[in-house]
Amino acid sequence: MVHFTSEEKAAVASLWAKVNVEAVGGESLARLLIVYPWTQRFFDSFGNLHSESAIMGNPKVKAHGKKVLNSFGNAIKHMDDLKGTFADLSELHCDKLHVDPENFRLLGNMILIVLATHFSKEFTPQMQATWQKLTNAMANALAHKYH
Amino acid sequence: MLTAEEKTSVTALFGKVKVDEVGGEALGRLLVVYPWTQRFFEHFGDLSTADAVMGNPQVKAHGKKVLESFSDGLKHLDDLKGAFAKLSELHCDKLHVDPENFRLLGNVLVVVLARRFGGEFTPELQASFQKVVTGVANALAHRYH
Repeated sequence: MVHFTSEEKAAVASLWAKVNVEAVGGESLARLLIVYPWTQRFFDSFGNLHSESAIMGNPKVKAHGKKVLNSFGNAIKHMDDLKGTFADLSELHCDKLHVDPENFRLLGNMILIVLATHFSKEFTPQMQATWQKLTNAMANALAHKYH
Repeated sequence: MLTAEEKTSVTALFGKVKVDEVGGEALGRLLVVYPWTQRFFEHFGDLSTADAVMGNPQVKAHGKKVLESFSDGLKHLDDLKGAFAKLSELHCDKLHVDPENFRLLGNVLVVVLARRFGGEFTPELQASFQKVVTGVANALAHRYH
């Protein structure tokens, strides 16, 4: 189980408090679809994903990005039990959605990049290390129930 | 690998990069975020804290060297394997660096560019740079045996 120190938890909370979940969620998901285009296969129902501007402006991408990041925010309140927190979502992504868990790591990296673009001052090396640890742990938790 | 437009946009953004600062920051962040990478730099002195790493003059100097090499690579985007052939042999035969670390450094560089350029680091630029760092990592691994 991943252990987060109290300093790491405080650092995550301090940055998270400034995050506009709708904007960062939408942008992170959009960047995933643009930078790793094969991920678009999971979102065939989303309509126009034919260009970067179409993806960035797509309302379904924004809405789903917000949903994903809200879930992320919920997990931040349970950093000592990410596997438990993500158990149902892990089963869903395996049994119903058939998403390769590698994509969770890629999305985690997109979130870091979006945070870096929005928070140049706050995103110190220590902050980056803590968030990398968190997104890795979340990706592992989401993969935990795969079979 | 990259279209003409992608090459132009990557070169234009990289032209604004302060190679000595960004190189040092990227290498420093690699050592902080992925601490096992410090094993390659034990002779660099104090790497005991994030501040020590980021302020370490040998880290800065080596980061600059690495990014200058990357800059050279950008002039040979159509033949990265050729451009990095000797460095690939060096990293395999002499330095014994696991090629996975090239991918990690490439990803850290993308984060550093994102931080420094903010909104200017558009999704399209990110996609192009991701292709470049992946290409460079693959080129550096190409001579491994």
